[in-house]
Amino acid sequence: MFEKLTDRFHDIFRNLTGRGALSEANIEEAMREVRRALLEADVNYKVAKEFVESVRQECLGEKVLRSITPGQQAVKVVNDHLTALLGGANEPLNLAAKPAIFILIGLQGSGKTTTAGKLARLLRGRDKKDVLLAACDLKRPAAIDQIEVLGRELDIPTYARRDTQDVVEVVRGARAEASRLNSDVLILDTAGRLQIDTDLVQELVRVKDAVQPQEILLVADAALGQEAVSVAEHFNQALGITGIILTKLDGDARGGAALSIRHVTGRPIKFIGTGERMADLEAFHPERMASRILGMGDIVSLVEKAAEQFEEAESRELEEKMRKNSFDLNDFLSQLRKIKNMGGILAMLDLFPGTKKFKDGLNVDENQLKHVEGIICGMTAAERRDPELLNANRTRRVAQGSGVPVQEVNDLVSRFRMMREMMSGLGGQLGKMSPDGRLPAAPPPQIGGRHINPIMMRMRHRGRR
Amino acid sequence: MKSLFSIFKNGLQKTATSLVRGVQSVFTETKPWTAEDFEHLEGLLIQADLGVVTAAELVNDLKERYDRGKIATREDIRRAMAEDVTKILEVAGAGNPFTPAAKPPTVVLLVGVNGTGKTTTAAKLAHLWQQDGLKVMLAACDTFRAAAVEQLVHWGARVNCPVVAGKPNSDPAAVAFDAATRARNEGMDILLVDTAGRQHTRKALMDELGKIARTIAKACPGAPHEVWLTVDAGIGTNAVTQAREFSKIVPLTGLIITKLDGTGRGGSLVPICRELRIPVRFAGLGERETDLQPFRPDFFAQALFEVKVTGSP
Repeated sequence: MFEKLTDRFHDIFRNLTGRGALSEANIEEAMREVRRALLEADVNYKVAKEFVESVRQECLGEKVLRSITPGQQAVKVVNDHLTALLGGANEPLNLAAKPAIFILIGLQGSGKTTTAGKLARLLRGRDKKDVLLAACDLKRPAAIDQIEVLGRELDIPTYARRDTQDVVEVVRGARAEASRLNSDVLILDTAGRLQIDTDLVQELVRVKDAVQPQEILLVADAALGQEAVSVAEHFNQALGITGIILTKLDGDARGGAALSIRHVTGRPIKFIGTGERMADLEAFHPERMASRILGMGDIVSLVEKAAEQFEEAESRELEEKMRKNSFDLNDFLSQLRKIKNMGGILAMLDLFPGTKKFKDGLNVDENQLKHVEGIICGMTAAERRDPELLNANRTRRVAQGSGVPVQEVNDLVSRFRMMREMMSGLGGQLGKMSPDGRLPAAPPPQIGGRHINPIMMRMRHRGRR
Repeated sequence: MKSLFSIFKNGLQKTATSLVRGVQSVFTETKPWTAEDFEHLEGLLIQADLGVVTAAELVNDLKERYDRGKIATREDIRRAMAEDVTKILEVAGAGNPFTPAAKPPTVVLLVGVNGTGKTTTAAKLAHLWQQDGLKVMLAACDTFRAAAVEQLVHWGARVNCPVVAGKPNSDPAAVAFDAATRARNEGMDILLVDTAGRQHTRKALMDELGKIARTIAKACPGAPHEVWLTVDAGIGTNAVTQAREFSKIVPLTGLIITKLDGTGRGGSLVPICRELRIPVRFAGLGERETDLQPFRPDFFAQALFEVKVTGSP
């Protein structure tokens, strides 16, 4: 998501920060580029215009033009505005009532039912809540079956009615069932509808009046075009939505709809759907996303993703190994498998600051990871502990055993050395983390390759060789 | 019976109104038009999801014609835009249902990203062709999404069309192979294969699609004869990337624009056709099985810019 936007901003800002002094013309030119980048990302035309106008005003002010580093000041202005546009910190769901009732609404095909399942799973796993999933889409063929199948797969109770076409009756029944089961949360999956279909929107208003929900969440496709604004405005006016869930962010939509919807409703984006599996739902962090758009990376999300994969004790052990540089191929193999679970190397690199250019030069084929697994599995225990043992004979044996050319085994070993070096750097970083898992406050954002964290410096250096 | 033009017109009413109102307010007929006016026009086209590049190209072209005195009135502008857009959309095969295979069944593969309306479209196509007296079979190859197979089975029962379905999480290529074999043996005219929605960025899923196509060819040589991508009218310029990426895996022979009854403009069809020259076959305009119409580039463009058509009501 936002990848292309990131590319464009990166180039625009490199031009800006590359200069000692900025003229009004420089700013104007940059703003034209920013506007175009936003439009290409499908940000609504009017939203893009307003955004650029407010940034321009501030950039042309004394504070930026007279500063010692005007380029970086301008970038900071854009960052601040972008963060404001995306919303401040993550806003959690309102779980105050019991049952807390959440209604999912949206256009057809935006992903409401899948999201209902994901959300139920997340609330149970992360928040330890008892959830009831209610099928309130009585229109789409097999929508009820879909909720029931998801409920069975996730082992989450569901509520469905096949004896009525009255949605209000269904939601009343669902609430009674949630009380009976003593559920903490009731999720209502509604039928997809057009925001301009007055009758069907009124139906939602009646549902809202009947159950007084804690959250009305608009589920929207991240690839929505210019109409995103109309969709969000209509639903918001009729129902007063409390938040947004963006779906299908695993595509390469540039995510402009996110900016538009957030801007016109003022409501927070609470979650993002990042894949087809039930685990693929993440809390949305606007401030991190703004940094990512500007190519400043998102270390916090990286650490959190890693935390999901690594047990605490295990990660302490790993950290120790990294620091002592005693990380061996066995560890490498187990990490490799975890990285695969985290979405692959390229997805992880996105979260690092300053890796944009580096990544382009890096030709990572995720399939290669399978080869790597095979090669390591073909080594003896001693070789895995100390790859330096691999002389020509041993290397040939491993290559034959795993069905790859000798060169590939050699490559792996040399890459492993590089990885170990990198890891020892990361180990140092992890050591500096405060108890809540956050890294020390980041230095002021700098773009254009001047401030890069030391690990990445090393990676870049290697990358060029 | 409503005319095809009025169906398009109703479908695009909301879009057309804001676009045309925009044109009317930007261009006055009392003063010469400025570069700024044309920039506004570009903005209007971008707001119809035509994308930055296509909008700029169309507007530059119009401006040049204005400078040369070829167009002078607001009516001219709208007509010229409608003509230009029609020209872009008039790819060979646009609006044509399908080319029957030399040896039946003709296999039509429906592909697209998640939530674009593949399953509903499959049912609508089955209904339409059965009305034409053709023997149609449906294959439910979305074995991934919960209850997707049930969805198509429900539809099959509603439109009275046989459905070959796989078990949840079974190999979709195997289902497709079964269906193709059965369709051939049972003398079907058409086999409609509904596939799981997939993001074009997911390599494994795209590879799976390639495999489905190759497997079908094993049961029916030369198949799939048609591969159609469903495009959601509400999606922005990412639709262009979707079309580009899908066509790398399975050469697309057609597009179906879905949900055109909403406020989505389907404007992304213009940059898709401009770049990839894929004909638009049908337009989905509602949730009922009858809500599918052959696509007409001229009607679409004329409805978009509210240009009067001779012979239309």
